[in-house]
Order: sequence, then structure tokens, then C-alpha cells
Amino acid sequence: MYRRAGSVARLATPVKAWAQRFALLLLIGVAVALMLLDKTDSVVIERARTLVTDAVSPLLEAAARPVATFSEMSERGTQLVAVAAENAALREQNERLQHWQAVARRLEAENMALRNMLSLAPDPALHFVTARVIGDQGGAFVRSMLVNVGNQEGVRRGQAALTGEGLAGRVAEVGAHTARVLLLTDMNSRIPILVGGTRDRAMLAGDNTGQPRLLYLEPRVELKVGDRVVTSGHGGVFPPGLPVGQVVSVREDGVRVQPFVDWGHMEYLRLVNYELPGILRSLEESKTPGNGR
Amino acid sequence: MKQGLWHRLDIIARSLSPLAITLLLIMLGMVPLQIPDIAPIIPALALIAVYYWAVHRPELMTVWAIFLIGLFQDLLSGGHVGVGILALLLVHIIVDTQRRVFARSSFQALWVLFAPVAAAAMYLMWLLNCLMQGEFLEVGPVLFQYLTTVAAYPCLAWLFAQAQKVLIR
Repeated sequence: MYRRAGSVARLATPVKAWAQRFALLLLIGVAVALMLLDKTDSVVIERARTLVTDAVSPLLEAAARPVATFSEMSERGTQLVAVAAENAALREQNERLQHWQAVARRLEAENMALRNMLSLAPDPALHFVTARVIGDQGGAFVRSMLVNVGNQEGVRRGQAALTGEGLAGRVAEVGAHTARVLLLTDMNSRIPILVGGTRDRAMLAGDNTGQPRLLYLEPRVELKVGDRVVTSGHGGVFPPGLPVGQVVSVREDGVRVQPFVDWGHMEYLRLVNYELPGILRSLEESKTPGNGR
Repeated sequence: MKQGLWHRLDIIARSLSPLAITLLLIMLGMVPLQIPDIAPIIPALALIAVYYWAVHRPELMTVWAIFLIGLFQDLLSGGHVGVGILALLLVHIIVDTQRRVFARSSFQALWVLFAPVAAAAMYLMWLLNCLMQGEFLEVGPVLFQYLTTVAAYPCLAWLFAQAQKVLIR
């Protein structure tokens, strides 16, 4: 076949092979260039990301709904089996919580009175946007989720993403109708927190495993398993006091935290709009011209 | 004349189907399944797809298509852009240079051969991610994803074979 095809084919084949090799080299070069561009935190890359997520979000949303409904149904089925035992447990828990509610009410009133006495500046009001999770990033290198709200719904970069149990992550990229939430287990996630009853400052740093580490703990700090971790509000992006997780291991090589969030049943996220008036806000805007509106 | 145009469009649509199927798979891989701990170990679907088509119909999985798939995946996943592209291009290079070996292999042999190819691609991804991050990353999650990817190969390869029978003649 090859031999009979004549001189044109004999000439064309090496040319074609050469063209292919050239294309391969060119594309490898472009990929490396893209990596370098990404390394510099380019606005172009972020724009491209939000464009792609905005474009595929209707499809993802359409696919996410039936899956969620199905998993809800199957869960309801398994719940029916254990309903009696769970009822008893809940009654008991309810009694305990009634007691805690009374304590919380009393503390709230006391706190308010003390704040008034000190004339402490009030915390800014929180606004929530509830978002449906439409994309759950699979893979070993990134921990992020796509949600179906964006710029148009008032979502901004840096906002905290919560579930009923606690902090899940922060908004990393915002498109017109989608946003990417960087989970607190992602290797790029750094969240200022307070830990334990003594409220020591530290940084919660993800490393793509299920249990993020605590960094920058002062050496004198003594922690034990079970200590609660909450957001500190340092940096002014997150509201202080959001529950994050609890310490599960304290070893020489580091302290690890188990987040309160149930990663397996994340259907909705609440995005918290916590805007400190004045200087921080204008700083944020000047830092992110691509997102400013 | 009209017949000719439709015929040509038909051929183009059919030859684009490997690309379309792969892009669709990447999107499907992102749908939240509401199963605990599944997201980190979901198989690298694009890797399987590119390998399969590069072996069986290389003329339909060109380097341009591979680049597009890698770019789409990197942008959608929020990972470092370029890392996925280079890993998929590596798969292409391995299959292309060892074409004699791959072309004669049976279904089972292709599965066995997929293991080292996927290992090379995942290793490259890990290496590049470490480079971009400036620190050594945990190997555990990568290893898990590698195992699920290799385990998922026969299932997806069977699906691709059916698609190949129906869509591409």
C-alpha cells in the first residue's frame, strides 16, 4: 500500500510526521507557558477559569439535582430503620440542649451588658447567600467545590463557606453565576484560627488529606485531643468564632484537626458576607481589579 | 449536493465524538455524588479516555484534541493550569513511540500496559504540582487515585469500545 502510493505519499508522510512533531513540541511549550502564567497568579487564568465554570454550570446543575434527590431518598430509607433508637437519643439530646439554651441565653444577656459597659464596637452584621453545590472536584491535587451563585448574587472572593456543622472553606474564584469554594483541606488553604480553651492563635493549613495541620503554634502552647478550633477573624475576612473542627492528634511532627463538616453530604453551602467597613474593603477591591464591580 | 454536505457533516461529527465523549466524562466526574470521601479518589477519567483513543484511533485523538481536553480539565478543576495538559501529552508520547507494542495487544494486555502509563502520568502530575507548590505533597491521595484509575480502566474501555462500534465506523 505504502510502496504503491507513489512519490506524493512518500513525500507527504515525512512532512506529516514532521508537522505532528512540531505541533507536539508547540503544545508542550504552550502548556509550560500556561504553568508559568498560573504561577504568577494571573488574572487571565482566573478569568478563563470562571468563563469555563460559568459555561458548564447549567449542565452540572442539571446533573447534580437528580443525584441529590436519589441520595436523599436512599438516606431516608436507611433512617426509617433506625427511627426508634434515634428518637430516644434525640429526646435525651433535646433535654441536654434545653439546659444549654438556658445557659446560652444567660451568657448572651451578660455578654451584651458587659459590652455595653465597655462600649465595645459592635460586630458588623452578617449576610448569608445560600448556594447549591453543583461540582465536587475529583482528584488528588485539588479540594474545591463549585456552587451555583456568583457575582450577580453578591458573592465576593474571600467569603467564608459554611454548612450547618461548621466552616467548609472560602470562596476562591467568582464568576457571573458560579463560584469556586476552596475547601479547608486544600493544600492552598490557610485559615487563621483560635484553638483550645486558652484561645491560642494558629494557622489551619490544608495538605489535601482529610485532616489539616496547625501551623505557627507557639511552642509553649499545650494542646490536647478534643480541643475545639474556631476562626479567629484575624485578617478581617472571616467572622470570628465560626466552628471549624477539633484537634484529633497531637504529635511531634504536628497537630492535626478533624473538621466538623460532613464532606459526604454537602448539598448546600452558606456563603457569609462579612464586610468590615472602611479600609479593609477598599484594600480588597484594589487588590482584585478583575473582580471589582 | 445536499446529500454530500450532510454526509460530510456526519463524518465530522463522528470523528469528533472521542473528544466530545471525553469532555462530557470530565464534567460527569465533577457531579457531586453525595458519597463520603469519594471526591479525592475519583478516577482520572481523562487519562483513561486519552489512553484508549490514542491506542485505538490515534487519528481521532490528535495532540490538539489532547491539549484541549487537558486545558478544559485544568480550568474546570481549579488546579494548576498546564499540569494536566503535560500529563496527557506524556500519555500520547508513550503510546505513539511504542505503537508496535500497543497495536498488537489484547484487551487484557492493554489494561496491564495502562498501569505503567498511568503511573508515569500521575507521577509527572505529582512532580509538577510539587514544583508549582514549592513543597513536597502527600503521596497518599495520589496513590489512591492511581489505584482507582487503573481499576476503572476495563469498565470505561468497554464503554469506549461500544461507542466506537456505534459512532465511528
